[in-house]
Amino acid sequence: MSTVKEGLLYSESHEWVRMDGDVAIIGVSDFAQSEMGDITYVDMPDEGDTLAQGEDFGALESVKASSELYSPVSGTVIACNAELEEAPQRINQDPYSAWIIKVEVTDKAQLSALMSAAAYAAKIGA
Amino acid sequence: MARIPFFPHTQEDVSRMLERIGLSSLKELYADVPPEFFHEGDYDLPSALGESEVRADVEALAARNRKLIIFAGQGAYDHYTPTVIPALTSRSEFQTAYTPYQCEISQGTLRYIFEFQSMICALTGMDVANASVYDGPTAAVEAARMCVASVRRRKRIIASGGLLPCVRKVLETYARYGGYSLSISENPLSELDDSVAGVILPSIDRTGCICDLSGAAEAVHAAGALLAVYCDPSALAVLTSPAEWGADIAVGDAQPLGMPLSYGGPYAGFMACREALMRKLPGRIVGQAYDREGRRCFVLTLQAREQHIRREKATSNICSNESLMALWATIYLSLMGPEGMRELNEACYRSAHDLRGRLLSTGIFEASPEGEFLKEFTLVPRRDAAHLHKFLLDKGFFAALPDEEGRVSFCVTERRTKAEMDALVAAVELFAKEEGR
Amino acid sequence: MSYYDRLIFELSKSGRRGAYVPCGTGKAPVPFGNGSGIWRKQAPALPEVSEPDVVRHYTRLSQLNFGVDSGFYPLGSCTMKYNPKICDALPSLFADLHPLQDEETVAGARELLSRTGRFLSAVTGMKHFTFSPCAGAHGELTGLMIMRRFHEMRGDTARTRILVPDSAHGTNPASAALCGLEPVTVPSGPDGLVDPEAVKPLLGPDIAGIMLTNPNTLGLFEKRIGEIASLVHGCGGLLYYDGANLNPLVGVLRPGDMGFDILHVNLHKTFATPHGGGGPGSGPVGVCAALKPALDAVDGKVSAFHGNFGVVVRAYAYLLMLGREHVKELGPFSTLSANYIKESLRDKYKLPIDSVCKHEFVFDGLLDDGGREGVPGATTLDVAKRLLDYGFHAPTIYFPLLFHQSMMIEPTETESLETLDEFIAVMRRIAEEAASDPALLKSAPHHTPVSRPDETEAARHPVLKYSPDK
Repeated sequence: MSTVKEGLLYSESHEWVRMDGDVAIIGVSDFAQSEMGDITYVDMPDEGDTLAQGEDFGALESVKASSELYSPVSGTVIACNAELEEAPQRINQDPYSAWIIKVEVTDKAQLSALMSAAAYAAKIGA
Repeated sequence: MARIPFFPHTQEDVSRMLERIGLSSLKELYADVPPEFFHEGDYDLPSALGESEVRADVEALAARNRKLIIFAGQGAYDHYTPTVIPALTSRSEFQTAYTPYQCEISQGTLRYIFEFQSMICALTGMDVANASVYDGPTAAVEAARMCVASVRRRKRIIASGGLLPCVRKVLETYARYGGYSLSISENPLSELDDSVAGVILPSIDRTGCICDLSGAAEAVHAAGALLAVYCDPSALAVLTSPAEWGADIAVGDAQPLGMPLSYGGPYAGFMACREALMRKLPGRIVGQAYDREGRRCFVLTLQAREQHIRREKATSNICSNESLMALWATIYLSLMGPEGMRELNEACYRSAHDLRGRLLSTGIFEASPEGEFLKEFTLVPRRDAAHLHKFLLDKGFFAALPDEEGRVSFCVTERRTKAEMDALVAAVELFAKEEGR
Repeated sequence: MSYYDRLIFELSKSGRRGAYVPCGTGKAPVPFGNGSGIWRKQAPALPEVSEPDVVRHYTRLSQLNFGVDSGFYPLGSCTMKYNPKICDALPSLFADLHPLQDEETVAGARELLSRTGRFLSAVTGMKHFTFSPCAGAHGELTGLMIMRRFHEMRGDTARTRILVPDSAHGTNPASAALCGLEPVTVPSGPDGLVDPEAVKPLLGPDIAGIMLTNPNTLGLFEKRIGEIASLVHGCGGLLYYDGANLNPLVGVLRPGDMGFDILHVNLHKTFATPHGGGGPGSGPVGVCAALKPALDAVDGKVSAFHGNFGVVVRAYAYLLMLGREHVKELGPFSTLSANYIKESLRDKYKLPIDSVCKHEFVFDGLLDDGGREGVPGATTLDVAKRLLDYGFHAPTIYFPLLFHQSMMIEPTETESLETLDEFIAVMRRIAEEAASDPALLKSAPHHTPVSRPDETEAARHPVLKYSPDK
């Protein structure tokens, strides 16, 4: 049974968002990592790239699968988690602390399209 | 019923099998097919032949081809094939295996592909190579797609007009259906702008001239694009490698590595790149692994790039490589070694320069263009190029291949003997005399 | 098979070599390495080995491999039939033909291509063929280029989408996307087949056509193909036939008679040319009469020269042996063998769709996987690995994606009843092993040179070429 962390916002495509001022910290849910299995590589954008809400910004890869990552918000990538380059398994080990990118959000109103922890838990049947 | 040597079912076998299935005729196996679709009556095929008749039939067809002495290249080179190669590649454990999906019983295939990748890296100077693709021109297409996939929001590829015609043709075909837009340019570096994802330059151009690529990578990179170089892997044994020129991707056809001309195939395309582009490289890639006993072994790896996983998001639809031809190239390079490859290129260089000198002495050619070359060179005939080509054809030579500009190209490999070259020069002299009349 | 752990590089010793090279004519001084920028300064790091070193090394490597000649290879969707040896003996008759040689000097080769085209027309019901594509996926892409070109030639440029069933081979959507067409998924019905009712709402003036493999990847015949064809044709689209599963139809049915307009044929599957460990293959594309101009527009332009001619020579020889007499046995025998295995194993393996299959069928894992409280059950992967211990190649696993434990079995017509019975006995024994001791399967294979490499680590830290210090 996968866990859903309280206090985060979730997208339909299983990304989570934690807001820190105007910055969205983005990762993937425990459900997403368990569906993938052992993650072997995280494809991340370049810092400075601009993303639209719903646009793909990278992918998770395992030995037998690949899953696109979609940005839950529009904005500019201000940081990528370099630790994941060497240790992509961090996402398997602790998906809610292994963030993938930080995005400076252009329109906070977009957050209202995301799900609460409770709504997301209901969606995945957790 | 077992009259064909590879259909083992006897009448009795068929009955037993049908009984297990609970059917009474073979036809019932197709009971779900609407009746209007059955092909009634005979198929429009010849009557079945036995093995000896098949051999005779194909031999008769082969006899209708003319055996020519090859003094031409343009993407297919008549190098010698050491006997060891077909002796080993025809081993049925190699020949009748599928793609190495079950690595435990495919270590032979996986190991030689790893060796192939290593040798392609040694020749190109690159960090990573794949297990091969169909041929050189399709490798160039894959390189174009890699550039587009790696440079955000840019789709344009500039290909040098100096690329071989077969490469240009395939790049143009694919460009028509999307993925990248293509400009062919005689001077690609002058056309760089912020729409360009990649530039494809030849290492040796279609006239046979070796290209000095100094400054090219710097210019391409300054424009934010990637540089791919199309090369002859045999020549790379003595030429400055694409990586040393600063290129990001190296592609070409492995045919010059001892593969017979075979009317165009099978050959094998190769692709190599910098480590940073590793995950954009299409096709199969073999990597080293360890099994649970700690034994070194090899597996298909980085498969998340591929079509069976990415489906419509994959950057390429390629599944198979040209595995057996990659083995062919690997054995060839093992036999030749660094010394053999150098000597081979020396032989080509000497003979080609010798022939060019003698052809110029006949007085019916002008030298053009000037530039260092290895085995292939182009001359401007003072007579009609097509006439010359046909005249030589009648004398048993495939030589003086006319190009779009009315020039003719020649190619000399280590297979060409002094006697063959003497005969070619004599034929050209005869042509000069007859045409001069 | 015993373990052998050398790479050719590791046999290298400075000063050794395995080939003699003549020195050429003339006396031109060779400038290699003279300091000019175009010449390499350091020789490439190729191995230095003798001819016997090379022969023994690659002979040993071959012994680590399993091919059709080693044993039964029921790899679904791959049609691993026996490759007649005479076919391999013939391509060398054409070894010295340069691909650009003038037409009149290659009359035999041209005639061979044109006869093979006629034979394939007879078998498939298509009118014209191109041999330029070098593989099945290459043929698919070429076929889709022809489809797009056909619409363009009619001045219809709005057709940018193509229907692809969810059971399709992964190459179908990949090829479509590369050809500038957006794949639209058609869901399979509960019987595993495409329902014309599911196709109807997707049709419109933007649909270029539909890609189908028939029988589909479950080995089931798309029996409503006639209705699907009229629907798609009715909206102005074309039907593409993915030839990967042509084998069971040979000698019985022809895609051309079912309404298909374009198809590719895998000579390395249906027409018995060897797979070579992943190629070279050949994927000729055939079209109906109306598409000839569109075919001509791409013929000879998707690969360097004439495609993999040497592979076509093999298929031609095979077709000569098949002839009009034996062609009619091919499809039925392959179908018979597949149904025989299916019916002999369905009490041990889960059969998700109970229907007469064609050349192949799919099980969805074991009926009793031996899983209990605290003991994980055996999976399809475990069954596949255990089969290797018994000297068989594994089926295709985890494809199609419609089921979680897919195991796709394709025996082909060249396997004898005795071989099929041995395979059935082993599959039954493995099912019993799974039920009583799933751990035995989980630790399989036990008798192969290596066992279950760590693929995750290999992908996380890729080592993709030899270096002396690793």
